[in-house]
Amino acid sequence: MSEYSVQDFKFGQPRWCPGCGDHSFLGALHKAMSELGVAPHQTAVISGIGCSSRLPYYMNTYGFHTIHGRAAAIATGVKIANPELTVWQVSGDGDGLAIGGNHFIHAVRRNIDLNMILLNNRIYGLTKGQYSPTSARGFVSKSSPYGTVEDPFTPAELCFGARGRFFARCVATDMPVAVECLKAAAQHKGAAVTEVLQNCVIFNNGTHDSVYNKEGRAKNSIHLVHGQPMIFGENNEYGLMQEGFGLKVVKIGENGITEKDILVHDAHCVDTTLHLKLALMQGPEFPIALGVIRDVDAPTYNDSIYEQIEEVKQAKKYHNFTELLATNETWEIK
Amino acid sequence: MAEQKNIKELDQVIVRFSGDSGDGMQLAGNIFSTISATVGNDICTFPDYPADIRAPQGVLTGVSGFQVHIGADKVLTPGDACDVLVAMNPAALKTQYKYCKPTGAIIIDSDSFGAKDLEKAEFKTSDPIAELGIKNDIISCPISSMCVESLKESGLDNKSMLRCKNMLALGIVCWIFDRDLKLAEGMIRAKFAKKPEIAEANIKVLNDGYNFGHNTHASISHTYRIESKGEKAKGLYMDINGNKATAYGLMAAAEKAGLKLFLGSYPITPATDILHELAKHKSMGVITMQAEDEIAGCASAVGAAYAGALACTSTSGPGVCLKSEAINLAVITELPLVIINVQRGGPSTGLPTKSEQTDLLQALFGRNGESPLPVIAATSPTDCFDAAYNACKIAVEHMTPIVLLTDAFIANGSAAWKLPNINDFADIKPNFVTPEMREGWTPYKRNPETGARYWAVPGTPDFMHRIGGLEKSNETGAISTAPDNHELMVKLRAEKVERIADDIPNVEVYGPEDADLLIVGFGGTYGHLREAAEELNKQGKKAAHAHFTYINPLPRNTAEVMRRYKKVVVAEQNLGQFAAFLRMKIDGFNPYQYNEVKGQPFTVANLVEAFTKIMEE
Repeated sequence: MSEYSVQDFKFGQPRWCPGCGDHSFLGALHKAMSELGVAPHQTAVISGIGCSSRLPYYMNTYGFHTIHGRAAAIATGVKIANPELTVWQVSGDGDGLAIGGNHFIHAVRRNIDLNMILLNNRIYGLTKGQYSPTSARGFVSKSSPYGTVEDPFTPAELCFGARGRFFARCVATDMPVAVECLKAAAQHKGAAVTEVLQNCVIFNNGTHDSVYNKEGRAKNSIHLVHGQPMIFGENNEYGLMQEGFGLKVVKIGENGITEKDILVHDAHCVDTTLHLKLALMQGPEFPIALGVIRDVDAPTYNDSIYEQIEEVKQAKKYHNFTELLATNETWEIK
Repeated sequence: MAEQKNIKELDQVIVRFSGDSGDGMQLAGNIFSTISATVGNDICTFPDYPADIRAPQGVLTGVSGFQVHIGADKVLTPGDACDVLVAMNPAALKTQYKYCKPTGAIIIDSDSFGAKDLEKAEFKTSDPIAELGIKNDIISCPISSMCVESLKESGLDNKSMLRCKNMLALGIVCWIFDRDLKLAEGMIRAKFAKKPEIAEANIKVLNDGYNFGHNTHASISHTYRIESKGEKAKGLYMDINGNKATAYGLMAAAEKAGLKLFLGSYPITPATDILHELAKHKSMGVITMQAEDEIAGCASAVGAAYAGALACTSTSGPGVCLKSEAINLAVITELPLVIINVQRGGPSTGLPTKSEQTDLLQALFGRNGESPLPVIAATSPTDCFDAAYNACKIAVEHMTPIVLLTDAFIANGSAAWKLPNINDFADIKPNFVTPEMREGWTPYKRNPETGARYWAVPGTPDFMHRIGGLEKSNETGAISTAPDNHELMVKLRAEKVERIADDIPNVEVYGPEDADLLIVGFGGTYGHLREAAEELNKQGKKAAHAHFTYINPLPRNTAEVMRRYKKVVVAEQNLGQFAAFLRMKIDGFNPYQYNEVKGQPFTVANLVEAFTKIMEE
């Protein structure tokens, strides 16, 4: 049991629009933190710029609201300098994947122990409604009045392409799964990406409608749990099976299919193939995958830095400035 | 029978080694300067290398040079023109002969002056010496064939044998200047400690070169000796270049401040050696991160500063452009951050391997908003150590990002450095919060003396707080767009930087009090300007010299010093950036300007000529 309550992590009065998905997510984050048992003063929340990046102001932790796109790079410096901290990095889809795309992929590649939250509402909200790198082709916005002529990123694809070891997805309004994902991300050692599907009531209302409420999720999503069969549907009547190079949705009880035939989720599988297939599933043919999709152990960048320092300390005979000077070739003036 | 040797005593001598980038000219030059320093001479070196890693062999763009200035007494610059030029091929001869004094000697590898070699160097005739109109003494030595002949029993392949050419040339230079080969041999053995056969081959041809000089008297009438004189402080010395000295300054400061050293950096010429140097010293706990780009180099350092490290980022001008947004975040959040700009020729990619002082105004003003930060500029290779140390001290005591300007000239140039004692350095006291501040603490509570906010490092109980790039209330630390609060914060940040002037020394003036001309400069031009001032005084002209390390804030006595002299000239390697800054800071100040933007160091001769003209006006 954690000694902390949700109250211990709350600070200030959030200023997001009424109905914004960020409110629900903030609640989930407070709850996850209270259950993790890490002290508020050992917690740092680093964000970039955008609506969701205001989040550190509502945390009773150490918080740093930085500059557009750089949250992952700044959080990397925080974690390296002070590895005892639990470091959360909060970005939106524009902050994390457009202006900050380079830092996103490199933080993931290095596997620095950050909990990287990507609040994905597929729109720029703070600048009042431009398309983002996760907006679908043809999306009409103020900066694309005739529809975009470019394809979006799928965050999971980008994450796996950068050798991501952890990827989870949740819906901002789905507190239990959000808390489950956030806690798993925090407990995962290494870069842990959690995509949060979040609604922007003002500029992109309804973007995640198919899964935004309970009924929708029951119909249109699958909650993946490691070790559990991939069963979904309002009455748990559907399941996922492998077919050739792909996945297929089957109805349990039809064509002789039983629960035993259904794929069992393995989040710890090193190979990304099935994780990617799950993460890319889209309606209406497939359910949207929620929960921890991938969770694989690997050495972290921060641990490796300090291990190397220890090794070199053992191997080299100089450990302070005076000893360093003595390693140089010198001559004496008498 | 005693040997007849005609030895001439010299006060100083300048040798320039030049050849293809891969010819090992820098190593030859380094050994020569170090063995000279070992016998008590003062040294100053400067490598002049091309932007190409390895241009095609023998072409004009691939020539790299390494100039060594050795003096019986103090030497301040690598020197204008050389007494001995080593030119390993026609391209080196063609591009470098202009750096040789009319009285100087030129050593060439006669084996590399064939028809093809001449063609590569774009000679039109078969007589390059006549074609260039060179009147100097030429010491023509078949360096390549001597190497191969000497090493034929060594078991080395032809390529490896020819790689020893630089040591044969060095042997000749050592003979001319009466250097003890034992010292050079020791350095070669240390350099090739893991490849003893290569070390012995190099030592063999080094001796061959020396003997060649001895046997032929190297076609010149005498050899030289530079005795050691002047009062050099007793103690241990080493040869150090500016980038290494910078890295050492950062490490010394981290130790003195009791902070973890973090460098976030991205490779860029001519600053990368700072990253290389620090990356070596993990046994001292140094953390270096080669970031994905310049932005992340700086951003990670800002994060490390927030988390309580001595955070630094090293780069050159183009990198500063990319870092400026993150630097500004450190300005508004008032976090300590050391930004090192090893200046090179600009704008844009410009002249990556050449030296300029053209980023001064960028350092001072190159950010959005009212964004004050301190700027200091190192004056010499060894001063990079002190400047880096002091930059760290200012950053963590005054809670501010600070720009340390060096340049390619002092970063790559080297000089003899007396090993310092860390106990002699000024203490560094980071402006941390203390437990008794807990009650009612807010992030912008300030140290009453310095105006610096306190550093509450994440992980400290009871000091949880939120900072960021948005303007904050001075009282509560919460986001604030209140007009009066913003103006107050703008002024508080400016005042904090101004108050650093309390902690920096006055600018010192060299030369007679009644000088007719005050020469003013900043940063890496120190040696040339001081030598020019000395030369003018030797000629009976009264010149003074004031050189600035601290640029923002300026030393308290700056205006007074500027007004003390009838004529003031600001000499700098840009179109007048420091002059413009001084005009902005000093009412009615209207100096003469001397500006050169060629990517090359000043020459003392040109300076003396220009200053004399101003004095005679």
